[in-house]
Amino acid sequence: MKELIGKSISKLQELLASKQVKAKEVCDAHLNHIDRLDKEIFAFNTVTHGLARKQAELVDQQIAAGDKLGKLAGIPIALKDNICLQGYPTTCSSKILANFMPPYDATVTKRLFEQGAVCVGKTNMDEFAMGSSTENSAFKPTLNPWSLMGNGNKKLVPGGSSGGSTASVAAGFSTVALGSDTGGSIRQPASFCGVVGMKPTYGLVSRFGLVAFASSLDQIGPLGRTTEDVAITLSAIAGHDSHDSTSLPEPKVDFLSDLKKPIKGLRLGIISELLGEGIEAEIQEAIKKAIETYRSLGAKCDQVSMPNLKHALPVYYIIATAEASANLARYDGVRYGLRDKESKDVLSMYYKTRQAGFGAEVKRRIMLGTFALSTGYYDAYYKKAQQVRQLIKNEFDQAFQKFDLLICPTSPSVAFEFGAKTSDPLSMYLSDIATIPANLAGIPAVSLPCSFDKQGLPIGLQLMGPALSDAKLLQAAFAFESTTNFDNQPPPALLTKV
Amino acid sequence: MKYETVIGLEVHAQLKTKSKIFCGCPTDFGGAPNDHVCPVCLGMPGVLPVLNKRVVEFAIKTGIALNCEIAHTTKFDRKNYFYPDLPKDYQISQYDQPICNTGHLTIKGRKIRIHRAHLEEDAGKLVHAGAAGLHGSDYSLVDYNRTGVPLLEIVSEPDIESPEEARQYLTELRNILRYIDVCDGNLEEGSFRCDANVSLRPEGQKELGTKVEIKNMNSFRAVQRALQYEIERQIIALDKGERIAQETRLWNEATGDTHPMRSKEEAHDYRYFPEPDLVPLVIDRNWVSEIEKTLPELPESRRRRYVDEQGLSADDALVLTESFELANFFDSTLKLGAPAKQISNFLLGPITAYLNEEKLELAQTKVTPENMRDLVGAVTSNVLSSTTAKQVLTELLQNGGSVKDIIDKKGLAQISDEAGLKDIVSKVLADNPSQVEEFRSGKTKVRQFFLGETMKATKGKANPQVINKLLDELLA
Ligand SMILES: [Zn+2]
Repeated sequence: MKELIGKSISKLQELLASKQVKAKEVCDAHLNHIDRLDKEIFAFNTVTHGLARKQAELVDQQIAAGDKLGKLAGIPIALKDNICLQGYPTTCSSKILANFMPPYDATVTKRLFEQGAVCVGKTNMDEFAMGSSTENSAFKPTLNPWSLMGNGNKKLVPGGSSGGSTASVAAGFSTVALGSDTGGSIRQPASFCGVVGMKPTYGLVSRFGLVAFASSLDQIGPLGRTTEDVAITLSAIAGHDSHDSTSLPEPKVDFLSDLKKPIKGLRLGIISELLGEGIEAEIQEAIKKAIETYRSLGAKCDQVSMPNLKHALPVYYIIATAEASANLARYDGVRYGLRDKESKDVLSMYYKTRQAGFGAEVKRRIMLGTFALSTGYYDAYYKKAQQVRQLIKNEFDQAFQKFDLLICPTSPSVAFEFGAKTSDPLSMYLSDIATIPANLAGIPAVSLPCSFDKQGLPIGLQLMGPALSDAKLLQAAFAFESTTNFDNQPPPALLTKV
Repeated sequence: MKYETVIGLEVHAQLKTKSKIFCGCPTDFGGAPNDHVCPVCLGMPGVLPVLNKRVVEFAIKTGIALNCEIAHTTKFDRKNYFYPDLPKDYQISQYDQPICNTGHLTIKGRKIRIHRAHLEEDAGKLVHAGAAGLHGSDYSLVDYNRTGVPLLEIVSEPDIESPEEARQYLTELRNILRYIDVCDGNLEEGSFRCDANVSLRPEGQKELGTKVEIKNMNSFRAVQRALQYEIERQIIALDKGERIAQETRLWNEATGDTHPMRSKEEAHDYRYFPEPDLVPLVIDRNWVSEIEKTLPELPESRRRRYVDEQGLSADDALVLTESFELANFFDSTLKLGAPAKQISNFLLGPITAYLNEEKLELAQTKVTPENMRDLVGAVTSNVLSSTTAKQVLTELLQNGGSVKDIIDKKGLAQISDEAGLKDIVSKVLADNPSQVEEFRSGKTKVRQFFLGETMKATKGKANPQVINKLLDELLA
């Protein structure tokens, strides 16, 4: 069954449609792969064997009956553990929700299932999506599958916070996976694990059922080994949802018709500020090469300066933590989740429950956010941050008057070792320097593999576009991918281990 | 020293939409605990609020009725505080851009200004075992049925000058909300709740005194009593040269006094910030005009009409308009051509008495405006006496029907036939010779006795004017 691992959506669907293989076989192959290897990688918090088999059998029945199949019929997918799946734990990799079973499905979960997806499990993450390495999981850190390539026993992080979903895709546990991206949590791990990850336009994908970290920044998006897989998955989950007031009214949800068209004449802006100091030299080189590739494809590439981007990190850490301080208030031990049972009064129940239930990074951010919103500080922090956020948005608007898309590295570094940054939160926060601006501006961005460094670790390239340019972004990513050979390169050692 | 009282009132009016403000759960009062809940109003992880359009419509309707400016753009904010009855541990409210601004209502010709009215979600209800409150109880249970029920908080300017005026303001406000059908104004069920701010200042001083907030008043009478108590407490303190602490005090209905709330319970920094899960709401002016067209004539305007055009007394007009139903019934009967004063007498006299006695609403009885016109007509044309009219009215209230049929069926038509009545009056006089003696000796008051006896003999149907004429003749 190893030939079923690492296949693209279209390849698997071809095999299913021509009845060369059953959905049940595809499902079992992936479940076996997970059962054998996830002990080392720990991409999953929960593997949903029963659900996956049931869903695969349903697809087989549809195939037998000659029914019209969904966009993801029989395709193994994984959900980040902050996306609600009714009746299964949705933990956010936090002790406070370790036993929480949502009584409802997220809109994206529903939409994936309507398209015949086979859910293999819920993936590990930084607690409440706060982190850039998945080391903030309350359970166990996820290993970057590239660590198993014989990198001198270096244990590398997969990035975060969607580290589990990304590792799942890179390791071939699922064909695609959903992550959430508040400041780079899909794109940064995608670049660390050599896969394609996309943060769609804010409001394109419903947030209903995504456990909120920072409501005005959070966006669910797909991870896959190819741009096409990402585009197919996005078309399954995008579209207006009446349960989410910030969901856009009927945006264009066709990401496939133009995907393979040439990009000749594309105006590509190179963000000067994100291609210099603070970015590893090898990465700078890789991006410059990628720009040459784009030129060879007929793109017009030019420098663009965006001086306000230097404010993105502080602005993000005020807005995101402020919203988080309110969003995470509900974990108080009263209705669900962890409760300190020894407390004799409600106040100490709040204190002890939250003390025991939240990890250090979550506590740090709740306190930062609470402070930023306090009387006497609101104007200086939160209000000012919103004003600067508007400046950053304006700067993007200006840039998009001259350019169709912008290009820069996804992350200033390649995957780092466990523990390398855990004692220095600020250096960890800097991992997101290139990804945060897209969240602040609400615009779509995609990370795709563009090279390998000397150690053989993947390097990610980021493209950003104006709001609702998601299709164009995927088209540009596809053009690069089809002329280069960095896509669909899951860690070879891992696949031979099957 | 002489002091001036300055009172401002904050009313939480529950808008009577069918579903809650941010989810589809019913707003019905009661129900088994935690029966009217869903993941959204329980604040489960991952849920998002969706604004109920009807709630906005009701708020706009109220704003128009209170002469407010309706905001062009309004937004929601999160008010952060921890309490077990608040599922998200923040309340979605409106901080600096309320839906309604600067209005007023009029009581006894005086304008009381409205500062603002804003929308918010209600919290749940706590039930404590072993103590009156959360503190000190053995355990507490939460019922989230009320969580997410839409509230409109209506804040007055400090224009109210006495506890009595506060009561009048509340009565009028509740009345308006009932007229426009956005709130049932039920104090017992908590659909109309009031907090008061009161301060005193030496007469003539412009600057306001220190404000004390009073909570926990469950009736209009409680508001009046609490304010009265608080004013007296402050006068005593001020006369002694003490400073008034700016604080929140709770009214205790049983002991009839106020006491300060624990400082712990009120020391909140609510850390308001714009609710990122909801988009700012732009209110279409055409929508406002459409809503304005649906408004009925409001109490103040009706009162002026009743006094100026129909010649009712100000007091009668006030009582009539205090009930939307009564006022509507009055207007309907008026339209049928009946005279105002007589309708008003029936409505405020026997009908109100009957409704109070039976604890009924007018709509629960069978009487119609057509009945009322006929009844008034029958009295005016001497077909019914005031006594028999009451009998017909009781029948109409209980069983309905037509006035004419009831008069016929019960034989209540007034006897005005002189020849027939002469025999009866003669018999009354013959049966009571001593009273006749008294009358003749000058005690003319006895005349009432003969009238009464004749009425008794005719079961109240005799026309009193005819009896008087006959008595004049027979006693002459
Ligand atoms: Zn609900």
